[in-house]
Amino acid sequence: MPVNDPSQASAKFMSFFPSLSASVLVSAVMFLPLASAFSSGEIPVGEFTSLTGGSASFGQSSHKGTALAVEEINAAGGVLGKKIRLITEDDQSQAGQPATIVRKLISQDHVVAILGEVASSKTLEAAPICQQNQIPMITPASTNPKVTEVGDHVFRICFIDPFQGTVISKFARARGWNRIAILTDAKQDYSVGLTECFTRDFVARGGEIVREQKYSSGDKDFKAQLTSIKAAQPDAIFVPGYYGEVSLIAKQARLLGIKVPLLGGDGWVGDSLLKVAGKSLDGCFFSAHFSASDKSERVQNFVAKYQAKYGVPPDDMSALGYDSAMILADAIRRAGTTEAAPLRDAIAATKDFSGVTGLITLDEKRNASKPAVILTIENGGFHFVETVTP
Amino acid sequence: MIEFLQQLINGVAQGAIYALIAIGYTMVFGVLRFINFAHGDVYMLGAFAGFYTAPGILKIFGGGPSYAGAAAVLLTAMVICAGIGVLIERICYRPLREHPRLTVLITAIGVSLLLGSGGQYVFGADPKAFPEIIADAAIELPTSWGSFSTLTITIGQVLVVGCTLVLLFVLKTVVLHTKTGLAMRALSLNPTAASLMGVNLDAILSFTFAIGSAMAGAAGVLTSIQQPSIDPLMGVSAGLKAFVAAVLGGIGNIPGAALGGLLIGLLETLVVGYVNPTYRDPLVFAVLILVLLFRPSGLLGKPEREKV
Repeated sequence: MPVNDPSQASAKFMSFFPSLSASVLVSAVMFLPLASAFSSGEIPVGEFTSLTGGSASFGQSSHKGTALAVEEINAAGGVLGKKIRLITEDDQSQAGQPATIVRKLISQDHVVAILGEVASSKTLEAAPICQQNQIPMITPASTNPKVTEVGDHVFRICFIDPFQGTVISKFARARGWNRIAILTDAKQDYSVGLTECFTRDFVARGGEIVREQKYSSGDKDFKAQLTSIKAAQPDAIFVPGYYGEVSLIAKQARLLGIKVPLLGGDGWVGDSLLKVAGKSLDGCFFSAHFSASDKSERVQNFVAKYQAKYGVPPDDMSALGYDSAMILADAIRRAGTTEAAPLRDAIAATKDFSGVTGLITLDEKRNASKPAVILTIENGGFHFVETVTP
Repeated sequence: MIEFLQQLINGVAQGAIYALIAIGYTMVFGVLRFINFAHGDVYMLGAFAGFYTAPGILKIFGGGPSYAGAAAVLLTAMVICAGIGVLIERICYRPLREHPRLTVLITAIGVSLLLGSGGQYVFGADPKAFPEIIADAAIELPTSWGSFSTLTITIGQVLVVGCTLVLLFVLKTVVLHTKTGLAMRALSLNPTAASLMGVNLDAILSFTFAIGSAMAGAAGVLTSIQQPSIDPLMGVSAGLKAFVAAVLGGIGNIPGAALGGLLIGLLETLVVGYVNPTYRDPLVFAVLILVLLFRPSGLLGKPEREKV
């Protein structure tokens, strides 16, 4: 999931303190014999994620999924006869941190691959470093198209924003909604990108955008925008924002007497969405990566194990975190080695991998081609509606 | 036409919140001649006071959302904020009273940062869902114009405007018809002469901070009824806009603060509804610059001549 703008802070930081990277290098050299002795019995895999700070809810979920996957792999005997050792570092949701900790994971811990980040802006910080060091990197949930354009060592196992825009537009047309109003978060690349993709596809399918309104992240009063949208009498309203604002928008829309459904993307999935929105989101739809109410055995197994270990049901981010580790393990198995070059090729060759978020195939641009699910909200819970394939 | 009327209703409700906060700025400026930049954070603390006390208070009033319970939450938040306001004056501003005004101003900015960042530490940085203290619902007024068939007013909006009017009336009575009010006005006119006439400076200043902060606390709870998501930095932007409102109305002038709040609320809503939401903040602050350039004493303020 893409969040915020990419930050240049880390690059500046490093150039201000060239001695810092040098000292990291020195310590890396010193520990080299020790580390390689270690790696004979274990396969070190690095994970960077936001366990604290603003996007901690995303980071905690994906980490729990990844950790569960590693536990399962090791319980089944590991890969290539070795156990996977997951080394997790917290980037505190802060710009600048991913670059530092990914350097540390590569040079000190000698990880064979990196798993990480939900927010696209953080992934974009770490990706060039992995590319430079020729270490394969798999992001579980960064949907911004730019992420995998960094280089041939960067992969993702989630769908990208243009696909998500198309999915929602297809769904809206299938429901027979012709007139859509849009309420975009003008401050988020994620929201602006989704609006563009949705609009292009929806108009091409013969629909009409009857009103477009904007807000800024952090706004709390949306009555002016909603009043204007109400006057346009849409069949549905597309709100491609994050859960914090979406919940308030839903609440205020219902108060203003707007009864049509709201539509959204994976940014809706968050702890406080239903706590704040209450019943206002009943009957609304959004696209997501994963549905815990999917009846397939694979998903139900995962849900049961996750629930048993953590006491909460898994969400999108946990499922993606789980799949990212599973795909990596599968690639190591197929490559027969943890050497960077064959491992990279094995990840790139991932085809029809059956994960808990669906059948995953990596295309030539290292993006996952996989289905999205449409969920609806009813009685304070998410319910599966349908799967949309690319 | 109906859409425009609907936007006006939205704007008035938003403006009422700014008016309540602006009053605190203007009252403190009236007696102390400095801007209490920590005032926006008192508004935030009002919302959090409501957040933490509401579950307990609602239980006393029968568990569910009720008007009596909401009134009790509102009053509790006002009392807590009044106390916080008095403490801030006591601890941070009183020791600096003989110092240049710039020192106090910078201290106020420091207090504001302390409350905002301290709030992130104590309450957590993530937004919290404010409990439902009244069942907010829409009141639909049927009309027969244009594309809207009805005009919608929410109970929250009615409450905000109603409470603001009541609080303004109480404030007016206190300032114009009580001895304390008389002392406040005397102090604002000439502090030295007032204290020579036996006005207790410390007591009046505490009282002024208590009243202003209570108004901000009320605004915090009233906002949270309509927008039930609160966070420790919510006071920053609301506080700055209320400050613009106070300057627009004429800083130091209480009816001016109310008028300024109303106008800023309307301006914001109309810009968002008819121009472009991203221009909202720039335009509000452009108002501040324009007022300072062309009418520094504000709409209702009297030009003050510096005596040499």
